[in-house]
Amino acid sequence: MLIAISVAGFLVGKRRAFALAEAAGGIRSLHSLPGHYGLYTAIWAGVPALLLLFAWKSLEPSLINELVIRDLPQEVRSLPPERVGLIMNDVKNLVAGNIVSGEISPDIQAAADHWRRLENGSGISRAILSIALSGLGLLFAWRLIHPRLRARNRVERVARRFLLACSTIAIVTTVGIVLSVLFESILFFRSVPITEFLFGLKWSPQMAIRADQVGGSGAFGAVPLFAGTALIAGIAMLVAAPIGLMTAIYLSEYAPRTVRSVAKPLLEILAGIPTVVYGFFAALVVAPQIRGIGEALGMTVASESALAAGLVMGVMIIPFVSSLSDDVINAVPQAMRDGAYALGATKSETTRQVIFPAALPGIVGGLLLAVSRAIGETMIVVMAAGLSANLTANPLQAVTTVTVQIVTLLVGDQEFDSPKTLAAFALGLVLFVVTLVLNIIALTVVRKYREQYE
Amino acid sequence: MSSTSKHVGGQDHLPADTRRTMDQVNASLPKRYRAERRFRLYGLSSVVLGLLFLVILLGSVIANGYSAFAQTYLTLEIFFDPEVIDPEGTRDPDTLRLANYNSLIRASLREIFPEVSGRSEKRKLYALVSNGAPFQLQHQVEDEPATIGQTLSVEMPASSDVDMFLKGRIDRNVPEAERRLSDAQIAWIDALVEKGALDKRWNTVFFTNGDSRDPEMAGIWGAVKGSFYMLLVTLALSFPIGVAAAVYLEEFAPRNRWTDLIEININNLAAVPSIVFGLLGLAVFLNFFGLPRSAPLVGGLVLTVMTLPTVIISSRAALTSVPPSIREAALGMGASKMQATFHHVAPLALPGMLTGTIIGMARALGESAPLLMIGMVAFIVDVPQGFSDPATALPVQVYLWADAPERAFVERTSAAILVLLAFLVAMNSLAIYLRRRFERRW
Repeated sequence: MLIAISVAGFLVGKRRAFALAEAAGGIRSLHSLPGHYGLYTAIWAGVPALLLLFAWKSLEPSLINELVIRDLPQEVRSLPPERVGLIMNDVKNLVAGNIVSGEISPDIQAAADHWRRLENGSGISRAILSIALSGLGLLFAWRLIHPRLRARNRVERVARRFLLACSTIAIVTTVGIVLSVLFESILFFRSVPITEFLFGLKWSPQMAIRADQVGGSGAFGAVPLFAGTALIAGIAMLVAAPIGLMTAIYLSEYAPRTVRSVAKPLLEILAGIPTVVYGFFAALVVAPQIRGIGEALGMTVASESALAAGLVMGVMIIPFVSSLSDDVINAVPQAMRDGAYALGATKSETTRQVIFPAALPGIVGGLLLAVSRAIGETMIVVMAAGLSANLTANPLQAVTTVTVQIVTLLVGDQEFDSPKTLAAFALGLVLFVVTLVLNIIALTVVRKYREQYE
Repeated sequence: MSSTSKHVGGQDHLPADTRRTMDQVNASLPKRYRAERRFRLYGLSSVVLGLLFLVILLGSVIANGYSAFAQTYLTLEIFFDPEVIDPEGTRDPDTLRLANYNSLIRASLREIFPEVSGRSEKRKLYALVSNGAPFQLQHQVEDEPATIGQTLSVEMPASSDVDMFLKGRIDRNVPEAERRLSDAQIAWIDALVEKGALDKRWNTVFFTNGDSRDPEMAGIWGAVKGSFYMLLVTLALSFPIGVAAAVYLEEFAPRNRWTDLIEININNLAAVPSIVFGLLGLAVFLNFFGLPRSAPLVGGLVLTVMTLPTVIISSRAALTSVPPSIREAALGMGASKMQATFHHVAPLALPGMLTGTIIGMARALGESAPLLMIGMVAFIVDVPQGFSDPATALPVQVYLWADAPERAFVERTSAAILVLLAFLVAMNSLAIYLRRRFERRW
């Protein structure tokens, strides 16, 4: 409906501009193109009404909720807030036509009817108001149109604001992440001290439902998770760093053009495979193999060993490391290579003693980015690493990681006030901060390095 | 190189070595060449190793998954007994819906194997047919009530164990206690194969059904549709917003701290772990705005936030590659900055932007971690019909099936992965095609 009015606004504005131009002596007398006048009218017809609609939509539920609660009988309203919340849930379910827990008391039925009435009323008045506003906007703009109106400048100013708003979404997102994670984390640290969380050695996020429950005290020492994450990421880097680096060196220094043009895209495929596929592969193929080999050698291997998850994660990161190192190695000026060759160095000597030191900062930056990828990787570890929070450095045992715990704590139904759920946000905060620091360091190092040779 | 230079420099202090430098270099050459060859070999072997991983990965998925595209069907002579389906002859839809179709199948099976007796034996016999078969009969009768009273030969899915056995994934040489089928069941299967009642056909169910607890009735259609709705939301939001942001940053933004901040932010967001976006979705979209759980709408929003940095970065790269002469020419002809950008620069950069967006979409399609956070892991049988219906996505379906204990789900999981990879390959090829077709070198 609003779109229709806006389109109408465009047409009307354009026609009026033409008409005025006729009167004032040809189209040259207009300040802007007729289309700009049309757009100007369309913006006046569309944008304010759209804003109203948006504001209304976002305010409506809470407002209706307030109104319905205020009209509930006295005895209901005097209940503690959680109980009122439960009753309101019933009301909402009744309105939506869902199954309601327990029987429907007349109070609830009345409240639901009230809700429906309010919602209908709100819907109708919303529609009328926004259409009226749209029409008013159209009329207003129509009146404003004049050959000397700087329609283009105004339209462009609006467009520019829109572009600016779009570009700030990145910042809004970051702020959103920080706020949402930080807010819940602070709630969590109110019940579990931050020192215990960061330095505690025991992790068992079970909260007692009843006070007398056995073994439900809950311990939120995250050190085993950090250790597990570090172990798996370490194994992954042990796989990915040498292979990725040597691949990059071989492809950029040795490989003939044809090999390079075939091998590079093929390796990039590894980067494009969804992580859930790697997880499936780790759990189904790699873990049993490792277990078989381990048992043949007389070692006890957990069925969800850190080694399996780490190895597969390493494979996943290989193309990441190799393409980053490739960029960096290619950025080393050819003159340095030529200089080394002129001194009689072989290719490998040039690579090891000239190119590698020159590229080292960039390579380190790339490796740091890879580490941050490994730390934040979720699906592989969820599917192939365990849930048991062992504090161990033995890669054959099961360990758990930060991301695995976030997933296990948050998947399924959860209530938002238990430390168990909030713990996941605290872990998320740690994850975000650590990867952010790694990224910033890495990006700065890489940028510094690039500038050096440009 | 350092070793040679040490030798050269060391000549003065080592009177024992009085050979000429050239001779020393020549003497060290074989060793250096060996090192060279070794180094080269390391490089080559790591490339080969990387490719080998790729081959093993794809190979194991294909080897596990190709067989899921065929499904064993059992053809039975079913007597649509009016006594069982509709004893009163009312043809009332409710009666037809609630009738005991299972007993029709059982009767037919008993007819083929009259010698089977005893409760547990019979139960084993009935277990050869899928749990979904009665529903198939039910739909058949509901669609065409005239079938009641007739005897028709009906093809229905066999149970997953039978399927696995015929595909050779259950070994008949394993001791009875260790396999899912008893000796008697294997004998029945052999008899049915002899009769020609069991045959493998293209597995349509896999492509048309939603999720199910029974592997033979489980399909990916629900997940594909969920993914589709999600990507639609993501595309509709991330393309315009991403392009607008890129245009602003590249063409309009003044160089100041604010734009620097935006730039740093975008680069960092591109490297934030995807699960953190899931946390954002859970805290902001679900708890703060109260959007429905498990809905493709929310999934699409989360994926939008996640792919935006990718889209912005690649769109900016596309805009930078448009030469300044285009802008200058447009401005010289009297176009405003906005007109120059939108009439001339942006259209020229469009193929590049589209390529970047498609690659971003492909990444979003393969992403599952943030979706776990917003409840898209629920077991959902129904195929979603809109943006707010509960749904899962294709990669999440893979994750769910990978957890299922039945042997037959391994095959389905691999097949679902193959479908997912096929989509990804298609999207990436489209991106490459676009790039090849429209890329202009200035």
